[in-house]
Amino acid sequence: MYVAVKGGERAIANAHALLAEERRGDTEIPELSVAQIRSQMRGAVDRVMVEGSLYDRDLAALAIKQAQGDLIEAVFLLRAFRTTLPRFASTLPVDTMAMDVRRRISSTFKDVPGGQILGPTYDYTHRLLDFSLTGDATQISPAREGEPSAQKFPSVVSMMAAEGLFEQDEVETDSRAVGDLTREPLTFPARRDVRLQNLARGDEGFVLALGYASQRGYGDGHPFAAEIRMGGVEVEILPEELGFPVCIGEIILTECQMVAKFDGSAERPAQFTRGYGLTFGFQERKAMSMSMVDRALRSEELGEEIKGPLQDQEFVLSHSDNVESSGFVEHLKLPHYVDFQAEMEMVRSLRASRTHKEEGKENE
Amino acid sequence: MNNTPWGGPEGFTGSGYNFAYLDEQTKRMLRRTILKAVAVPGYQVPFASREMPMPYGWGTGGIQVTASLIGPKDVLKVIDQGSDDTTNAVSIRSFFARTTGVQTTERTCDATLIQTRHRIPEQPLREDQIMVYQVPIPEPLRWVEPRESETRKMHALQEYGAMHVKLYEDIAQHGEIATSFDYPVRVGGRYVASPSPLPKFDNPKMSGCPALQLFGAGREQRIYAIPPYTEVRSLDFEDYPFTVQSWKQSCALCGAEDSYLDEVIMDDAGKRMFVCSDTDYCRQRREQGYSGPMNGEGRDFLDRIQATEDSE
Amino acid sequence: MNSAMILEEDRPLLEVRGLNKYYGWHPGCLDVDFELWPGEVLCIVGESGSGKSTLLNCISGQTAPTSGQVVYRAPGYGELDVHQSRESVRRRLMRTDWGIVRQNPRDGLRMGVSAGANIGERLMAVGDRRYGRIREKALTWLERVEIDPGRVDDRPDTFSGGMQQRLQIARNLVSEPRLIFMDEPTGGLDVSVQARLLDLLRALVAQMGLAVVLVTHDLAVARLLAHRLMVMHRGRVVETGLTDQVLDDPQHAYTQLLVSSILQA
Repeated sequence: MYVAVKGGERAIANAHALLAEERRGDTEIPELSVAQIRSQMRGAVDRVMVEGSLYDRDLAALAIKQAQGDLIEAVFLLRAFRTTLPRFASTLPVDTMAMDVRRRISSTFKDVPGGQILGPTYDYTHRLLDFSLTGDATQISPAREGEPSAQKFPSVVSMMAAEGLFEQDEVETDSRAVGDLTREPLTFPARRDVRLQNLARGDEGFVLALGYASQRGYGDGHPFAAEIRMGGVEVEILPEELGFPVCIGEIILTECQMVAKFDGSAERPAQFTRGYGLTFGFQERKAMSMSMVDRALRSEELGEEIKGPLQDQEFVLSHSDNVESSGFVEHLKLPHYVDFQAEMEMVRSLRASRTHKEEGKENE
Repeated sequence: MNNTPWGGPEGFTGSGYNFAYLDEQTKRMLRRTILKAVAVPGYQVPFASREMPMPYGWGTGGIQVTASLIGPKDVLKVIDQGSDDTTNAVSIRSFFARTTGVQTTERTCDATLIQTRHRIPEQPLREDQIMVYQVPIPEPLRWVEPRESETRKMHALQEYGAMHVKLYEDIAQHGEIATSFDYPVRVGGRYVASPSPLPKFDNPKMSGCPALQLFGAGREQRIYAIPPYTEVRSLDFEDYPFTVQSWKQSCALCGAEDSYLDEVIMDDAGKRMFVCSDTDYCRQRREQGYSGPMNGEGRDFLDRIQATEDSE
Repeated sequence: MNSAMILEEDRPLLEVRGLNKYYGWHPGCLDVDFELWPGEVLCIVGESGSGKSTLLNCISGQTAPTSGQVVYRAPGYGELDVHQSRESVRRRLMRTDWGIVRQNPRDGLRMGVSAGANIGERLMAVGDRRYGRIREKALTWLERVEIDPGRVDDRPDTFSGGMQQRLQIARNLVSEPRLIFMDEPTGGLDVSVQARLLDLLRALVAQMGLAVVLVTHDLAVARLLAHRLMVMHRGRVVETGLTDQVLDDPQHAYTQLLVSSILQA
């Protein structure tokens, strides 16, 4: 039966009450705390911060609790909250080379100054369900983490750049102000700064799939992970009254730099070109895929053959945002009966004139 | 101006949120966008849409336009599918009630600001009223050309031939233009625009309308406008002019013969009745004494449905 | 009909000066200069990789050259430097005064709409709003390109390759252009179908006084249609002249090779 979707305020209130009950679940079981989520579900918390474009572990954890673990819903909550926040400063660019490194690897060289530091990674774990985690008092043997050294980790890419094999950093040649996707509408063609912002807050699944596609022939060639690093960086602002930078805190970032061979053109000699990925927290998969898609979106600028939608910025950037995409997909639940009525009338009318035509032909 | 966001457990109510939720800077940005839109009728002005507490696709564009215009003395009406009591209309109306305290109404004639999804009220509008339409896809050329970089040029250069190809094809294949809603229009003889997913029945109401008509698309980040008394023509051919839908039936409740009718299925055997989509219009007619062929029976049926839904 | 012939000054319709195009560091075409006169058919011949398609893309305004100029002269446009002109002018040119017939008709047609809609598009693009009149013109043109007018409402994906190509031609000619660019118009067609298409082209060109730049690897096509010939090899024009002269008495070694290999085949 097709019945109009109508409901008074009471119906909506009832729906919300039901939701609150479901969220709490079985009252015999202890309620999940925001602190628990914050400290023991880093994967979810970091992802929500990245796609919510807001660095706040507590708020992200709260959003996850409120959304019952539905991460896209949690991202939405965080973004809506972000809209209401005033801005009082812009930070200076963070220096990832001054990072307090917890993890740093390079797949382009066997050994690099500073060394390959694995950090708290899932890599090389065997994916066997660990039933010892079903209790709530798991025994942990302390890990051996190296001394937090004054060790510096020079940029692998900079070292290679010294030989002149890398393209020049755009930053040195482009003096325009950095765009802001949250303050200006997205227009095409979009510059790289805006593209990177779009990808950074884009849905991890979407960006991952595109990165994957770039390895399977839809993009150009085989990229290499020159450097991936994760750790703490200081965030600084430069108050006018003081005239010197002030550190307002430290955040965790994951940075990935991919390099890919470029054969050269009339304008450029053969060189290594770069793809860049950056996320809040420890979101390596996202940083890596982001860097691959970033590189793919540069195909047009580099004069490479366009093989598919992966290299088409309108396609990629218009569909990466999961708050937008889920909103529009799910809006189909809203009443559409007026237009559907119009379509029904149209279908009836078209069928009638077809029958009329067919009868007419038979009578000839 | 209090911009602290910590609104507490009551959500929107209570301290912390600005009047109509958005901060004044954002409202100013929206109003500048609206002014630009009014200055160039039918032209889609890009703007930086804010994430609202409702999902994209659920009216955030219209809500942002309304939020930037609404003042304490306004009287707000919100409809969806022509009705004030569809779920989303209820939700949006209560959002504004809570964030502004402004008076709301279901009577078109009492409203100063009307936000709508998919319908124009049957009652003619006045100069002191503003209509805000919720728009999902503002670009009428989208189905002919997916690329925004290309459609921008087509609008700038008035390259609308491809739209007419679609209309030609409909006539060649079906003997008529097969578009029944979101029927493209030409505004002020210049820009081709989407009227939003209105049934084409409503298109004529847009032309020469005394009220200001504003169109907000939040997800797509565009606002456009039809200033009062602007000519709006639905695209057609000289020898295949635009026509509107009509029904054999009249409204089962109030007997109206000139309004857009919803088809309501009453039982599994396919018994149906047709009622005005514009609930305010229908009620006003009944208050004036008009009655349709199924007035008693129809009202009973609808009341029973309402009672079931309210009790869940 | 022969409006192309009526020009105030005795100047070429199209002039190409010092045209160069690089793709990456590979030269596409180098140092190309030539003139095209109203009603003249010029054929650019060469093997694949000779640079002829690159050249065509540059002179038809679709790709910007690395250096050089393409100048078009016609009433309504004056003396237009095609690649320096505003995009709006170029786009209008491509829909009215110029036509582009692509090698694969699927690239030059709207496969999702009927033959009639395909032909009518240029008319609708310049503002024709009478369905009946547009349909009449579509029917007329279908006859002119020897397609059964009864197929006016059929989609091109139901047509044979030869028919699709003829439809593409009709779609371009309906706006009565002065200049047509064609890229291997007979490529992929059967020999007999090719012959029919070439005859049709020859008749239309003569009737409408069209100027044509046609790219092909097939010397027989050149022989049949072209007044003049330009031979390309590795991005350069190695020989140019009247068709019969070049084919009967080739001067450049490469042209000689080309001509003799045809005779052997």
